[in-house]
Amino acid sequence: MLHTVNKSPFEKTSLDTCLRLVRTGAVILLIEDAVYAATKNTVIEAKIKRALTQNRIYVLGPDLDARGLQDSEIIDGIEVVDYGGFVDLAGEHRNVQSWF
Amino acid sequence: MNEIVEDAENPEANAKKIMYINRRAPYGTIYALEALEVVLIGAMFEQDVSVVFMDDGIFQLKKNQDTLALDVKNFSPAFRALETYEVEKLYVEKESMQARGLSCEDLLVPVLELSSIEIAELMEQQDVLLNF
Repeated sequence: MLHTVNKSPFEKTSLDTCLRLVRTGAVILLIEDAVYAATKNTVIEAKIKRALTQNRIYVLGPDLDARGLQDSEIIDGIEVVDYGGFVDLAGEHRNVQSWF
Repeated sequence: MNEIVEDAENPEANAKKIMYINRRAPYGTIYALEALEVVLIGAMFEQDVSVVFMDDGIFQLKKNQDTLALDVKNFSPAFRALETYEVEKLYVEKESMQARGLSCEDLLVPVLELSSIEIAELMEQQDVLLNF
């Protein structure tokens, strides 16, 4: 299953709920305001790093660019994808769960 | 994508597994009421329906809701009617219940309390996930 999250982890609990409900091996894609969860040196970072040991995590490049976030500011292990990559991820999974 | 082959002789074989996921409190936004309406309409199509309440969605099932002074419709009694529409699989997430200090006795319908791990398993089995 592909899980997408689109809310800032500093404002909403969508990411927490997602991390509680993902099964090992499921894939997470951070989009829109959830891309802030992918950045280094935040109170969220440890949580993301823990998740990275069990799940692949992607972040949507155009949403990073729009917010002035560069690759060097993204937690190691998170992969940046473009819109085409988003479509590929959706196509690779039987279901997409959107945590909004 | 999985292909559904129509089987006119056996309507149950055509039933898709549909899960409604409710994560918002009632009244503050329209999500909860909209979800309930979709569940009730969807019930006509005789699918394999389950309804999950997690995060603030739990509050939709709280007993003793009284919206008289608010002058909006109290739709909570409709949850008791779901059974008549053969929507019988109601689940709440244990972690969300605990976080809000609620137990099943606080809720207006009988539900099955499942851990996040159990709900994640159920989600994996669904054909369709609808979020509100």
